[in-house]
This record gives sequence, C-alpha cells and structure tokens, in this order.
Amino acid sequence: MEIKVLKNILGVNEQIAKENRGLLDSKGIFALNIMSSPGAGKTSLILETIRKLDSEFKIGVIEGDIASSIDAEKIGAKGIPVIQINTGGACHLDANMVSSALKNLPLDTIKLLFIENVGNLICPGEFELGEHKKVILLSTPEGDDKPYKYPLLFRIADVVVVSKTDLLPYLNFNMDNFVKAVRTINQKAPIIPLSAVKGLGLGDWFSWLKGVLTGGKRNA
Amino acid sequence: MHELSITQSMLELALAEAEKVKAKKVGKISLVIGEMSGVVDEAVKFYFDLLSKDTIARGAELNFTRVPTKARCRNCEHEFILQEFNWVCPRCRLSSLEIIAGSELYLESIEVEQSGNQGS
Repeated sequence: MEIKVLKNILGVNEQIAKENRGLLDSKGIFALNIMSSPGAGKTSLILETIRKLDSEFKIGVIEGDIASSIDAEKIGAKGIPVIQINTGGACHLDANMVSSALKNLPLDTIKLLFIENVGNLICPGEFELGEHKKVILLSTPEGDDKPYKYPLLFRIADVVVVSKTDLLPYLNFNMDNFVKAVRTINQKAPIIPLSAVKGLGLGDWFSWLKGVLTGGKRNA
Repeated sequence: MHELSITQSMLELALAEAEKVKAKKVGKISLVIGEMSGVVDEAVKFYFDLLSKDTIARGAELNFTRVPTKARCRNCEHEFILQEFNWVCPRCRLSSLEIIAGSELYLESIEVEQSGNQGS
C-alpha cells in the first residue's frame, strides 16, 4: 500500500525553531544566526560587536563548533554570557541544540543573541534555529564566485558581510562581481564589506544591527 | 554531513506515518530533494542502512527524485534551469532572478505492508 506523505523532512526541526522563536520573542531578545565557512571571521566580528555595543545592547552568544571551546573562551573572557555547543561531528546547528542552549543562558539579561553556526557554507542553510535574521559572512580570500557555488545560503541571507577587506590589495577578489552574483538571486540583503581586525567598515555593520534591533523585530 | 540529520528525521517521519496505519513493514520510501540542498544520495543510503536496521523500515528501498535549481526572471518571467556560473536570463539577458525550485527536501510517499490478520 502506498501512503502519500508530502511532508518536509525537517518539519520537526522547524517546529522546534518556532518554539525557540516564541521564547526569544517573549523575552524581547533579538537573535542572529551567523553562517560562513570556517575561518571567515564570525568570532572576530562578534568580539568587535561586543566591544562596541555590549554596553548598549546586552549581548549573549551561542557558539556552535564541531569540537573545542576556544571561541567560547574568547567570548567568555569578555564577561559575556556564552554557551558552547559541540555538535560532535555534525556540520550545522539544529533547533534542538539551540533550544537546550537557551535553557542555560540568562535570558532575562540578554537583548541581542548571536548564534554562531558551525563553519560551513551549505548545511546550516537547511536548519532554521528560531533566529530573527540570517547573517552570511564571506571572507575575501574565499573568492568572489562563491554565491554561484552556494546559492542556498546567499539566497536566504538577510545581510551579507564581506569580511577581511584589509586583504583586498593582495587578492583577486572583485567586489563588483561578488555584488552582482549576490544581487542576481537576492535583491534585498544589504552587502557590508568590513575588516573586523582592522576596524574598517564596522560602522555600516553597527548601523544595520541597530536598525534591525530597533525597528526590525516586527517585520523580521 | 547533514545527511545524517536529514536521514534521521526522514526515518522518524516515515516510521510515524507507517505507525498510523499499523504497518508491519516499510518497503519503499520516496524522497524529493532539491539540488541546492547538497544532499548526496549515497550518504543518505549509508546512514539509512545504519539507522533503520532495528526498525520496520530495515531494507527499504530509497527512491530519490532530484529537483534541479530553477529560476524565474524578474524582468520577463522566463523560467529556466539555473546553471553554475550562468546566472543570466537566456531570453532577455538580465540578471535579476528569483529561485523557484531546488531547495526541496520532503518525504513524498512510503510503501508499506500491513499486517493481514487485523480485523479493522
């Protein structure tokens, strides 16, 4: 006997993501899911954002890594509430992992939550976590052709950050080509070039963040 | 690697549907998978064999329907299969597209054997 099912394979994940979102909303927390390849600069961007904005918006961080707690220690050293999720081999965070992490964060004191996904430009795109916005980072050494190879992530991005712009003089990265590729499939996401380490372009990132924090919750 | 999570969710979903009709065996599972998801059939089969071995879906045949990444031109509404490095509408040559297919990831159907001696 054949049974028609026609159900999303990740439907359970999406249900848990909705519950996470409900919890975050009830606490007035705005959550960002940060996705990129390994080493693109997710942690550096989060650290710079903490340095600049933590006094204004209390920040919390969920760190997703396959193994180790190096990133969580860097953030914890700044006195920021941080939960490390070690996925034990899985290449992405899922809503259930985030749900457990939320239980261990002081949600009443956090206004802005960074969820740093496992470094990977494919898999995290499939798993909703309950976040309000998706941030995709691409570092300049990765090359301007990446949107063509990983359309899923660039298509769903709410904002695209081009990191390590201080290295542009040494690379063949063509910003116009990159912007054109992203724009072909994603007409809305702002594209913000910056270098967290050298402090270039961070103002645009902070303005985007403040914009979504003050006005974006409703239409997120 | 996300095939492990996807296979696990897929198996749970298939077993839940089989349970609804009190099936004694799941013989075939049909999946629809978009090209953009990057899911590799062989990896799904590998994990499926591992995860299903103590369930009624053990040995089930997996049937994959792959959906190519398809785009619609925002200018002339032409629909076409999106090729890597060819993100231009073949009709009007503009590059403003909406991706309309290719991220599918769903369980289409299952084939089950029901236990014959149940009166209902």
